[in-house]
Amino acid sequence: MNTTLNYYLQIADNALILSHRLAENTSKGPYLEEDLATANVALDLIGLAESVYNEAAKLEGYGQTGDDLVYRREEKEFVNCLLTEQPNRDFAHIVTRQFMMDTFNYHFFMALTKSKDPFLSAVAFKSLKEVTYHLRRSSEWMIRLGTGTDESKHRVQLAINTLWKFTDELFEASQADKVMLANGCGVDLSDIQLQWNQKVNEILFLAQLELPKNHFSVRGGKDGIHTEHLGHILTEMQFLPGKYPDAVW
Amino acid sequence: MKTTDNQGELWEVFIQSKPGQAFKHAGSIHAFDKDNAIENARDLHTRRNEGTGLWVVPSKEIIAVTLNESDYFFEPATDKIYRHPTFYNLPEGVTHM
Repeated sequence: MNTTLNYYLQIADNALILSHRLAENTSKGPYLEEDLATANVALDLIGLAESVYNEAAKLEGYGQTGDDLVYRREEKEFVNCLLTEQPNRDFAHIVTRQFMMDTFNYHFFMALTKSKDPFLSAVAFKSLKEVTYHLRRSSEWMIRLGTGTDESKHRVQLAINTLWKFTDELFEASQADKVMLANGCGVDLSDIQLQWNQKVNEILFLAQLELPKNHFSVRGGKDGIHTEHLGHILTEMQFLPGKYPDAVW
Repeated sequence: MKTTDNQGELWEVFIQSKPGQAFKHAGSIHAFDKDNAIENARDLHTRRNEGTGLWVVPSKEIIAVTLNESDYFFEPATDKIYRHPTFYNLPEGVTHM
Protein backbone atom coordinates (compact mmCIF):
# COMPACT_ATOMS: atom_id res chain seq x y z
CA MET A 1 0.00 0.00 0.00
CA ASN A 2 1.05 3.56 -0.72
CA THR A 3 2.99 4.80 2.33
CA THR A 4 1.57 8.31 2.43
CA LEU A 5 -1.95 6.96 2.07
CA ASN A 6 -1.37 4.52 4.91
CA TYR A 7 -0.01 7.31 7.09
CA TYR A 8 -3.08 9.45 6.39
CA LEU A 9 -5.33 6.51 7.23
CA GLN A 10 -3.59 5.96 10.58
CA ILE A 11 -4.40 9.54 11.55
CA ALA A 12 -7.94 9.50 10.17
CA ASP A 13 -8.88 6.05 11.54
CA ASN A 14 -7.76 7.02 15.05
CA ALA A 15 -9.91 10.14 14.90
CA LEU A 16 -12.92 8.36 13.36
CA ILE A 17 -13.08 5.44 15.76
CA LEU A 18 -12.49 7.54 18.87
CA SER A 19 -15.11 10.01 17.65
CA HIS A 20 -17.56 7.14 17.12
CA ARG A 21 -16.99 5.88 20.65
CA LEU A 22 -17.66 9.35 22.07
CA ALA A 23 -20.71 9.78 19.85
CA GLU A 24 -22.12 6.49 21.19
CA ASN A 25 -22.27 8.16 24.59
CA THR A 26 -24.51 10.99 23.39
CA SER A 27 -27.64 11.17 25.59
CA LYS A 28 -25.95 8.86 28.12
CA GLY A 29 -23.62 11.40 29.77
CA PRO A 30 -23.69 11.85 33.54
CA TYR A 31 -25.36 15.26 33.17
CA LEU A 32 -26.40 17.52 30.31
CA GLU A 33 -23.32 19.76 30.21
CA GLU A 34 -20.92 16.83 30.12
CA ASP A 35 -23.04 15.10 27.49
CA LEU A 36 -22.74 18.13 25.20
CA ALA A 37 -19.05 18.63 25.93
CA THR A 38 -18.30 15.01 24.98
CA ALA A 39 -20.30 15.39 21.78
CA ASN A 40 -18.30 18.55 20.99
CA VAL A 41 -15.05 16.60 21.23
CA ALA A 42 -16.56 13.91 18.98
CA LEU A 43 -17.45 16.61 16.45
CA ASP A 44 -13.93 18.04 16.45
CA LEU A 45 -12.53 14.56 15.81
CA ILE A 46 -14.95 13.70 13.02
CA GLY A 47 -14.04 17.03 11.38
CA LEU A 48 -10.38 16.06 11.52
CA ALA A 49 -11.10 12.56 10.20
CA GLU A 50 -13.21 13.89 7.31
CA SER A 51 -10.55 16.29 6.04
CA VAL A 52 -7.84 13.61 6.18
CA TYR A 53 -10.04 10.93 4.51
CA ASN A 54 -10.94 13.30 1.68
CA GLU A 55 -7.28 14.04 1.05
CA ALA A 56 -6.41 10.34 1.31
CA ALA A 57 -9.10 9.52 -1.25
CA LYS A 58 -7.51 11.98 -3.68
CA LEU A 59 -4.11 10.35 -3.11
CA GLU A 60 -5.50 6.95 -3.88
CA GLY A 61 -6.67 8.29 -7.22
CA TYR A 62 -9.42 5.80 -8.05
CA GLY A 63 -12.10 8.47 -7.95
CA GLN A 64 -13.04 7.38 -4.43
CA THR A 65 -14.38 9.73 -1.79
CA GLY A 66 -13.63 10.02 1.90
CA ASP A 67 -16.94 8.26 2.57
CA ASP A 68 -15.78 5.22 0.59
CA LEU A 69 -12.75 4.92 2.85
CA VAL A 70 -15.00 4.92 5.91
CA TYR A 71 -17.88 2.80 4.67
CA ARG A 72 -16.30 0.38 2.22
CA ARG A 73 -13.20 -0.88 3.97
CA GLU A 74 -13.08 -4.09 5.96
CA GLU A 75 -12.02 -4.42 9.56
CA LYS A 76 -8.54 -5.67 8.64
CA GLU A 77 -7.99 -2.57 6.49
CA PHE A 78 -8.51 -0.20 9.45
CA VAL A 79 -5.23 0.94 11.02
CA ASN A 80 -6.44 2.74 14.15
CA CYS A 81 -4.74 2.00 17.47
CA LEU A 82 -6.54 -0.52 19.67
CA LEU A 83 -6.98 2.04 22.44
CA THR A 84 -9.44 4.09 20.36
CA GLU A 85 -11.85 1.17 19.85
CA GLN A 86 -12.08 0.14 23.53
CA PRO A 87 -15.69 0.34 24.76
CA ASN A 88 -17.36 2.92 27.01
CA ARG A 89 -17.47 0.74 30.11
CA ASP A 90 -18.20 3.68 32.41
CA PHE A 91 -17.49 7.41 32.59
CA ALA A 92 -14.04 6.77 34.09
CA HIS A 93 -13.13 4.62 31.06
CA ILE A 94 -14.32 7.33 28.67
CA VAL A 95 -12.29 9.99 30.47
CA THR A 96 -9.17 7.84 30.80
CA ARG A 97 -9.19 6.70 27.16
CA GLN A 98 -9.70 10.32 26.14
CA PHE A 99 -6.90 11.58 28.39
CA MET A 100 -4.48 9.01 26.96
CA MET A 101 -5.42 9.86 23.37
CA ASP A 102 -5.52 13.63 23.96
CA THR A 103 -2.01 13.53 25.42
CA PHE A 104 -0.84 11.54 22.40
CA ASN A 105 -2.65 13.80 19.93
CA TYR A 106 -1.38 16.99 21.53
CA HIS A 107 2.28 15.99 21.21
CA PHE A 108 1.79 14.23 17.88
CA PHE A 109 0.12 17.21 16.19
CA MET A 110 2.59 19.62 17.79
CA ALA A 111 5.40 17.68 16.08
CA LEU A 112 3.41 17.24 12.86
CA THR A 113 3.18 21.03 12.37
CA LYS A 114 6.82 20.75 11.21
CA SER A 115 5.97 18.18 8.54
CA LYS A 116 7.26 18.81 5.02
CA ASP A 117 3.91 17.59 3.75
CA PRO A 118 1.96 20.88 3.48
CA PHE A 119 -1.41 19.16 3.95
CA LEU A 120 -0.30 17.39 7.13
CA SER A 121 1.26 20.51 8.64
CA ALA A 122 -1.93 22.48 7.90
CA VAL A 123 -4.10 19.78 9.47
CA ALA A 124 -1.78 19.70 12.49
CA PHE A 125 -2.01 23.47 12.99
CA LYS A 126 -5.79 23.39 12.83
CA SER A 127 -6.13 20.36 15.12
CA LEU A 128 -3.68 21.60 17.70
CA LYS A 129 -6.04 24.31 18.99
CA GLU A 130 -8.85 21.80 19.41
CA VAL A 131 -6.63 19.15 20.93
CA THR A 132 -5.11 21.60 23.41
CA TYR A 133 -8.58 22.21 24.77
CA HIS A 134 -9.46 18.48 24.78
CA LEU A 135 -6.33 17.73 26.79
CA ARG A 136 -7.09 20.46 29.32
CA ARG A 137 -10.59 19.05 29.83
CA SER A 138 -9.62 15.41 30.13
CA SER A 139 -6.60 16.16 32.38
CA GLU A 140 -8.85 18.03 34.79
CA TRP A 141 -11.37 15.18 34.79
CA MET A 142 -8.58 12.71 35.66
CA ILE A 143 -7.63 14.89 38.65
CA ARG A 144 -11.27 15.43 39.60
CA LEU A 145 -12.02 11.70 39.55
CA GLY A 146 -8.75 10.73 41.23
CA THR A 147 -9.22 13.18 44.08
CA GLY A 148 -13.01 12.89 44.25
CA THR A 149 -14.85 10.15 46.11
CA ASP A 150 -13.62 6.62 46.95
CA GLU A 151 -15.87 5.34 44.16
CA SER A 152 -14.53 7.74 41.51
CA LYS A 153 -10.92 7.05 42.52
CA HIS A 154 -11.51 3.31 42.37
CA ARG A 155 -13.15 3.49 38.96
CA VAL A 156 -10.57 5.73 37.34
CA GLN A 157 -7.71 3.58 38.68
CA LEU A 158 -9.47 0.51 37.30
CA ALA A 159 -9.80 2.22 33.91
CA ILE A 160 -6.08 3.09 33.86
CA ASN A 161 -5.18 -0.51 34.76
CA THR A 162 -7.48 -1.90 32.06
CA LEU A 163 -6.41 0.45 29.26
CA TRP A 164 -2.70 0.63 30.04
CA LYS A 165 -1.82 -2.41 27.91
CA PHE A 166 -3.01 -0.58 24.78
CA THR A 167 -0.78 2.48 25.23
CA ASP A 168 2.54 1.04 23.99
CA GLU A 169 1.07 0.56 20.55
CA LEU A 170 0.66 4.33 20.13
CA PHE A 171 4.44 4.67 19.93
CA GLU A 172 5.28 1.61 17.84
CA ALA A 173 6.46 2.76 14.44
CA SER A 174 4.70 1.10 11.52
CA GLN A 175 6.32 0.93 8.09
CA ALA A 176 4.45 4.13 7.18
CA ASP A 177 5.67 5.87 10.37
CA LYS A 178 9.28 4.95 9.55
CA VAL A 179 9.19 6.04 5.90
CA MET A 180 7.35 9.29 6.61
CA LEU A 181 9.80 10.16 9.41
CA ALA A 182 12.75 9.46 7.11
CA ASN A 183 11.45 11.81 4.41
CA GLY A 184 10.70 14.65 6.83
CA CYS A 185 6.91 14.33 6.66
CA GLY A 186 6.29 12.23 9.75
CA VAL A 187 6.83 12.32 13.49
CA ASP A 188 9.40 10.55 15.66
CA LEU A 189 7.18 8.44 17.92
CA SER A 190 9.98 7.80 20.43
CA ASP A 191 10.01 11.57 21.17
CA ILE A 192 6.25 11.51 21.54
CA GLN A 193 6.53 8.60 23.96
CA LEU A 194 8.88 10.58 26.25
CA GLN A 195 6.55 13.57 26.25
CA TRP A 196 3.51 11.35 26.72
CA ASN A 197 5.04 9.61 29.74
CA GLN A 198 6.01 12.94 31.28
CA LYS A 199 2.49 14.38 30.95
CA VAL A 200 0.77 11.19 32.12
CA ASN A 201 3.09 10.95 35.14
CA GLU A 202 2.41 14.58 36.00
CA ILE A 203 -1.37 14.25 35.84
CA LEU A 204 -1.49 10.89 37.65
CA PHE A 205 0.65 12.43 40.40
CA LEU A 206 -1.75 15.37 40.75
CA ALA A 207 -4.69 12.97 40.62
CA GLN A 208 -3.12 10.76 43.33
CA LEU A 209 -3.39 7.77 41.00
CA GLU A 210 -0.87 5.02 40.30
CA LEU A 211 0.87 3.75 37.20
CA PRO A 212 0.00 0.07 36.71
CA LYS A 213 2.71 -2.27 37.96
CA ASN A 214 2.12 -5.35 35.84
CA HIS A 215 2.93 -4.20 32.39
CA PHE A 216 2.29 -6.14 29.23
CA SER A 217 1.25 -4.91 25.83
CA VAL A 218 -1.37 -5.73 23.26
CA ARG A 219 -0.69 -4.53 19.75
CA GLY A 220 -1.87 -5.05 16.18
CA GLY A 221 -4.15 -2.15 15.29
CA LYS A 222 -1.65 -0.56 12.92
CA ASP A 223 -1.44 -3.93 11.10
CA GLY A 224 -5.21 -4.29 10.90
CA ILE A 225 -5.41 -6.89 13.68
CA HIS A 226 -8.04 -5.57 16.04
CA THR A 227 -9.72 -6.42 19.32
CA GLU A 228 -13.20 -7.91 19.13
CA HIS A 229 -14.72 -4.43 19.50
CA LEU A 230 -13.92 -2.85 16.13
CA GLY A 231 -16.04 -5.33 14.17
CA HIS A 232 -19.10 -4.30 16.16
CA ILE A 233 -18.42 -0.61 15.56
CA LEU A 234 -18.06 -1.15 11.81
CA THR A 235 -21.12 -3.40 11.58
CA GLU A 236 -23.23 -0.58 12.91
CA MET A 237 -21.41 2.21 11.09
CA GLN A 238 -21.35 0.47 7.70
CA PHE A 239 -24.78 -1.15 7.80
CA LEU A 240 -26.64 1.42 5.76
CA PRO A 241 -24.12 1.95 2.93
CA GLY A 242 -23.69 -1.86 2.84
CA LYS A 243 -27.36 -2.53 2.41
CA TYR A 244 -28.17 0.50 0.22
CA PRO A 245 -24.97 1.25 -1.70
CA ASP A 246 -26.56 4.10 -3.67
CA ALA A 247 -28.16 5.85 -0.71
CA VAL A 248 -27.43 9.60 -0.55
CA TRP A 249 -28.03 12.14 2.21
CA MET B 1 -24.03 3.69 32.72
CA LYS B 2 -25.65 4.65 36.00
CA THR B 3 -27.29 8.04 35.98
CA THR B 4 -27.31 10.30 38.97
CA ASP B 5 -29.21 13.31 40.27
CA ASN B 6 -25.99 15.03 41.22
CA GLN B 7 -25.26 17.58 38.49
CA GLY B 8 -23.09 19.88 40.59
CA GLU B 9 -23.73 23.49 41.50
CA LEU B 10 -25.53 26.05 39.38
CA TRP B 11 -23.34 28.76 37.78
CA GLU B 12 -24.31 31.87 35.80
CA VAL B 13 -22.55 32.52 32.49
CA PHE B 14 -21.62 35.98 31.17
CA ILE B 15 -20.23 36.54 27.69
CA GLN B 16 -18.43 39.53 26.23
CA SER B 17 -19.16 39.62 22.51
CA LYS B 18 -16.34 42.05 21.59
CA PRO B 19 -13.35 43.46 23.48
CA GLY B 20 -14.34 46.58 25.45
CA GLN B 21 -18.03 45.77 25.61
CA ALA B 22 -19.97 44.85 28.71
CA PHE B 23 -20.40 41.20 29.68
CA LYS B 24 -23.96 40.01 29.20
CA HIS B 25 -25.78 37.25 30.98
CA ALA B 26 -26.09 34.29 28.61
CA GLY B 27 -27.65 31.56 30.74
CA SER B 28 -26.75 29.13 33.46
CA ILE B 29 -24.95 25.78 33.64
CA HIS B 30 -24.14 23.00 36.06
CA ALA B 31 -20.58 22.24 37.14
CA PHE B 32 -18.59 20.79 40.02
CA ASP B 33 -15.80 23.36 40.36
CA LYS B 34 -14.35 26.53 38.78
CA ASP B 35 -12.42 24.80 35.98
CA ASN B 36 -15.34 22.55 35.18
CA ALA B 37 -17.65 25.59 35.13
CA ILE B 38 -15.60 27.69 32.73
CA GLU B 39 -15.20 24.70 30.39
CA ASN B 40 -18.88 23.78 30.45
CA ALA B 41 -19.70 27.44 29.79
CA ARG B 42 -17.32 27.41 26.83
CA ASP B 43 -18.76 24.18 25.45
CA LEU B 44 -22.38 25.27 25.80
CA HIS B 45 -22.21 28.96 24.99
CA THR B 46 -19.18 30.00 22.93
CA ARG B 47 -18.62 27.37 20.26
CA ARG B 48 -20.15 29.51 17.54
CA ASN B 49 -18.01 32.62 17.92
CA GLU B 50 -20.35 34.21 20.45
CA GLY B 51 -17.62 35.90 22.37
CA THR B 52 -14.10 36.94 23.23
CA GLY B 53 -14.54 36.96 26.99
CA LEU B 54 -16.22 34.60 29.44
CA TRP B 55 -17.15 34.85 33.12
CA VAL B 56 -18.80 32.28 35.34
CA VAL B 57 -20.18 33.07 38.78
CA PRO B 58 -21.71 30.65 41.31
CA SER B 59 -25.44 31.41 41.21
CA LYS B 60 -25.64 31.39 45.00
CA GLU B 61 -23.12 34.27 45.13
CA ILE B 62 -25.38 36.58 43.12
CA ILE B 63 -27.31 39.01 45.29
CA ALA B 64 -30.66 39.77 43.72
CA VAL B 65 -33.60 42.01 44.46
CA THR B 66 -36.55 39.86 45.44
CA LEU B 67 -39.94 40.30 43.85
CA ASN B 68 -41.58 41.86 46.90
CA GLU B 69 -38.74 44.36 47.22
CA SER B 70 -39.04 45.52 43.65
CA ASP B 71 -41.73 48.13 44.31
CA TYR B 72 -39.70 50.35 46.57
CA PHE B 73 -36.46 49.59 44.72
CA PHE B 74 -37.54 50.63 41.25
CA GLU B 75 -40.82 52.55 41.32
CA PRO B 76 -39.46 55.85 42.74
CA ALA B 77 -37.28 56.33 39.65
CA THR B 78 -40.14 56.60 37.17
CA ASP B 79 -41.39 60.08 38.15
CA LYS B 80 -38.00 61.78 38.47
CA ILE B 81 -37.31 62.79 34.89
CA TYR B 82 -34.44 65.06 36.01
CA ARG B 83 -32.44 61.88 36.63
CA HIS B 84 -32.43 61.18 32.91
CA PRO B 85 -29.86 63.36 31.16
CA THR B 86 -31.92 63.66 27.98
CA PHE B 87 -30.90 67.28 27.30
CA TYR B 88 -27.30 66.49 26.37
CA ASN B 89 -26.39 66.00 22.73
CA LEU B 90 -24.15 62.99 22.19
CA PRO B 91 -21.12 63.62 20.01
CA GLU B 92 -21.04 61.69 16.77
CA GLY B 93 -19.17 58.42 16.97
CA VAL B 94 -20.32 57.56 20.51
CA THR B 95 -22.21 54.37 19.94
CA HIS B 96 -22.50 52.50 23.22
CA MET B 97 -24.61 54.94 25.27
